[in-house]
Amino acid sequence: MAAAKVKPDLTTDCAGIRSPNPFWLASAPPTNSGEQIMRAFDAGWGGAVWKTLGTPIQNVSSRFGATNYRGTAAIGFNNIELITDRPLDVNFREIAEVKKRYPDHAVIVSLMVETREEWKEIIQRSEDAGADGLELNFGCPHGMCERGMGSAVGQEPKVNERITGWAKEFATVPVLVKLTPNVGDIVPHGLAAKRGGADGVSLINTIKSIIGVDIDRFVPEPRVGGLSTNGGYCGAAVKPIALHMVGALARDPGFDIPISGIGGVRNWRDAIEFMLLGSTSVQVCTEVMLRGYRIVEDMIEGLTEYMARHGFATVDQLVGKAVPSFSEWGQLDLNYETIAKIDAQSCIGCQLCVTACHDGAHQCIHPTGESRVPVIDEDECVGCNLCQIVCPVPGCISMVEVDNGYTPATWNQHVGEGATLRPKKGAH
Amino acid sequence: MIRPPSARSEAVFDDFKPAYTTGQALAEANRCLYCSDAPCIQACPTGIDIPEFIRKIATDNVKGSARTIFEANILGMSCARVCPVEVLCVGDCVYNHMGVPPIQIGKLQRYSTDVAYAEGWTFFEAGEDTGKRVALVGAGPASLACAHALRRMGHGCTIFEKRAVVGGLNTTGVAPYKMKADRSQDEVDWVLSIGGVELKTGVEVGRDVTFADLERDFDAVFVGFGLGPDGWLPDCEGIAGIHGAVDFIERFKLGEVDLDGVERALVIGGGNTAVDAVRELKGLGVPRVAMVYRGTEAGMSGYAHEWQAAKLENIEAIWQTQPTGFARGDDGLAVDAVKLDEKKRPIEGSAHRLPADLVLLAIGQGKLGELIAGLDGVRLDRGRLVVDAHGYTGRPGYYAGGDAANGGKEVVNAAAEGKAAARAIDAWLAADNSLRSQKTEGAV
Ligand SMILES: Cc1cc2nc3c(=O)[nH]c(=O)nc-3n(C[C@H](O)[C@H](O)[C@H](O)COP(=O)(O)OP(=O)(O)OC[C@H]3O[C@@H](n4cnc5c(N)ncnc54)[C@H](O)[C@@H]3O)c2cc1C
Ligand SMILES: Cc1cc2nc3c(=O)[nH]c(=O)nc-3n(C[C@H](O)[C@H](O)[C@H](O)COP(=O)(O)O)c2cc1C
Ligand code: SF4
Ligand code: SF4
Ligand code: SF4
Repeated sequence: MAAAKVKPDLTTDCAGIRSPNPFWLASAPPTNSGEQIMRAFDAGWGGAVWKTLGTPIQNVSSRFGATNYRGTAAIGFNNIELITDRPLDVNFREIAEVKKRYPDHAVIVSLMVETREEWKEIIQRSEDAGADGLELNFGCPHGMCERGMGSAVGQEPKVNERITGWAKEFATVPVLVKLTPNVGDIVPHGLAAKRGGADGVSLINTIKSIIGVDIDRFVPEPRVGGLSTNGGYCGAAVKPIALHMVGALARDPGFDIPISGIGGVRNWRDAIEFMLLGSTSVQVCTEVMLRGYRIVEDMIEGLTEYMARHGFATVDQLVGKAVPSFSEWGQLDLNYETIAKIDAQSCIGCQLCVTACHDGAHQCIHPTGESRVPVIDEDECVGCNLCQIVCPVPGCISMVEVDNGYTPATWNQHVGEGATLRPKKGAH
Repeated sequence: MIRPPSARSEAVFDDFKPAYTTGQALAEANRCLYCSDAPCIQACPTGIDIPEFIRKIATDNVKGSARTIFEANILGMSCARVCPVEVLCVGDCVYNHMGVPPIQIGKLQRYSTDVAYAEGWTFFEAGEDTGKRVALVGAGPASLACAHALRRMGHGCTIFEKRAVVGGLNTTGVAPYKMKADRSQDEVDWVLSIGGVELKTGVEVGRDVTFADLERDFDAVFVGFGLGPDGWLPDCEGIAGIHGAVDFIERFKLGEVDLDGVERALVIGGGNTAVDAVRELKGLGVPRVAMVYRGTEAGMSGYAHEWQAAKLENIEAIWQTQPTGFARGDDGLAVDAVKLDEKKRPIEGSAHRLPADLVLLAIGQGKLGELIAGLDGVRLDRGRLVVDAHGYTGRPGYYAGGDAANGGKEVVNAAAEGKAAARAIDAWLAADNSLRSQKTEGAV
């Protein structure tokens, strides 16, 4: 039996905010109240970003919508709710209560107000209540931005920098700036937060979206009477966008403050991906809304196991580990070649790969007429991965590296130094 | 500990429910709805967090999945194979209410636990030594679950087992198309790898060792000796070709039986042992196998899903029929029988004779409670030890679980009861009690 190894240490320090593990609840309905957050801490969450505080608002009914795909509910999620609708003194009383009972867990208070005076007051009250950190919500893409807050701030680097500066002036605890993804390039916005003095950034908030249209009533969703409005998109479907934005900041040479990664995290694997691309802590909203606080047990266990497997003793050893290999296209080796191989034993003969390759790739997987197992014309296969992606049997199609005899050559080397490229495949 | 020999008639059987490949397990795991307060958990006697272990398969955290299973049920590997899931967890899956096939919880559980065994993962360590020692009677599922839990709490354990093999009916009784004896043995090895459990095989408590001996040498006793031998009908003991079903099953599971020339076999009874026995005889190559039962198909106590499978294997049933006598002639056995009416009363003029080459009696097993009946405080109910919800027998320091106490249920009940008794024993010992320090009265 395997010898007992030293248990990896999940303790996290994100921009000076410490938590027993890197898993935080994102500011949203799961962090609405103290009672909820205490249950979440009991389930294992390391930290929680309190539902954004500001001048309490009035919400609409209904509020949420979802994208379903082939029978799976809510692969993407959307909401038109605003910041907290509960009285501020109730929120602050509960924050103090949570901190008293859970001194080792991180409670970060998310804030969104307008004027310098308001920022000063609400930061003071948050710290008095015992906040371990603050998160400035410059991200909400609906409702609040019409009032000059949320993404209206996050989309303007100058405004972002100014308000961050105010917050840093008033705060003694670490300040995270929550960035909106509703921008062309995230980097200037991360740098603005840094210039304003932020201790770290959190991203992404939700993406401006219309989740669907009721095709019989001719009204977009979610429907509020006879009208709707654009909402914020999140959940599993947004993970690739979030990963890119996190990675883009993490690899920018001018950006060197910690990141709290958010967007579409459902399980430990997703969380690790964010960490490898530079997130020190990871926040979750939608999957908790759909499945509950209990998902964190698997996240903690999965991360612990993963760290043990790779010999990581502490979480900072894996944070950013994939950043150096997130490169420019021009640095990729054009002579590196893979082709698809089908394992005839496990093939179930659905021929989804045939259709995919014929209609969506390079017409090089063919039915044989003899058995249902298709064959791959390896001379034509460009190694695009499409067949492997569509195949329903895990491990049936593998992408195999080919030794074509060419030395590695990037586009930059080809253009700059005349490096030799292998002949193109599938480009007749 | 003696492993079952390699030449065993049970080897001819294939798994009735084959193992999942990884692809199959993922497809099924992703179907699970991860219900809140899931009804499948309520239906599991050991309360395994089923949605949690299934979700962990789907996220490729198989190790965590196995941990979730074993944390609730240390015999999760055998239970995955032998549990009648159709009437337990799977029977309560919410998909049944949707007209959609329910989640195959047993097969998913088998997937995770088999991977754990193959990878050599163990999840538990013995607790710090308390210096206390507990004697466990019988090495079946109840005692194994109890001993493992006691070891996690740091108590020393000694299991007394009258047979040479361990594992109880999991090794000697369950149908080989669910699990074979060697796999049960693997489980015993894996469970006992926690260390600190002394196994004394070939030692029968009540004969080779007395309860008085146990009270002298141990701080507490757990009784997990299961049920007694097969019940017999009048006037048939000793006739060649007639066997107790459980005894016969043990013979082909642990060794070889010769069924040459057996053309027609009858199994008397309508419970789960009878349904197992007919399917087993068929699988061992007997061309014509029939179950002879006093009641109707609707009234049989054997599970409907098992009987359904038997019917698909071309097994016959002779309903509402009661044997009245057995005779051995030159051309085999003859069973005299009468037909019974709805109230199981003999119908006049219905006497007839059923030919057979082999007859198995599956009319229930005896109870072993008498072994312990002389001890003050111990109460019996028709041979079964009466216990409270924590397995306490009424005699200080004596706890019981499994078939000996529940009168004959399933492996998973034995696992749950063994674990519950361990908690009660731990609490009793923690309060500074011990059999050794108390006056023993009426110990036999
Ligand atoms: C034919 C058959 C098929 C079954 N199939 C299934 C199935 O498919 N699924 C399922 O869940 N359940 C099944 N069961 C029931 C299941 O096997 C039992 O409920 C379970 O094994 C009970 O565990 P136990 O530890 O209480 O007793 P047992 O498994 O009976 O173990 C008791 C042990 O104590 C030993 N012992 C007895 N007396 C003494 C003594 N005086 N001193 C020392 N040792 C002693 C015995 O040798 C035995 O090893 C089946 C039962 C039978 C008879
Ligand atoms: C219903 C709902 C309400 C939200 N409210 C807030 C909020 O008050 N403040 C905030 O900073 N982000 C809010 N968010 C955004 C989330 O914190 C998070 O950034 C986003 O949902 C992406 O993460 P996810 O994919 O894990 O859901 C909200 C999201 C949802 C779905
Ligand atoms: S989830 Fe709860 S609050 Fe929301 S609509 Fe359903 S019942 Fe009402
Ligand atoms: S998609 Fe996979 S399983 Fe289907 S035919 Fe192609 S190789 Fe076989
Ligand atoms: S009842 Fe069925 S769907 Fe629901 S958690 Fe249990 S196995 Fe999954």
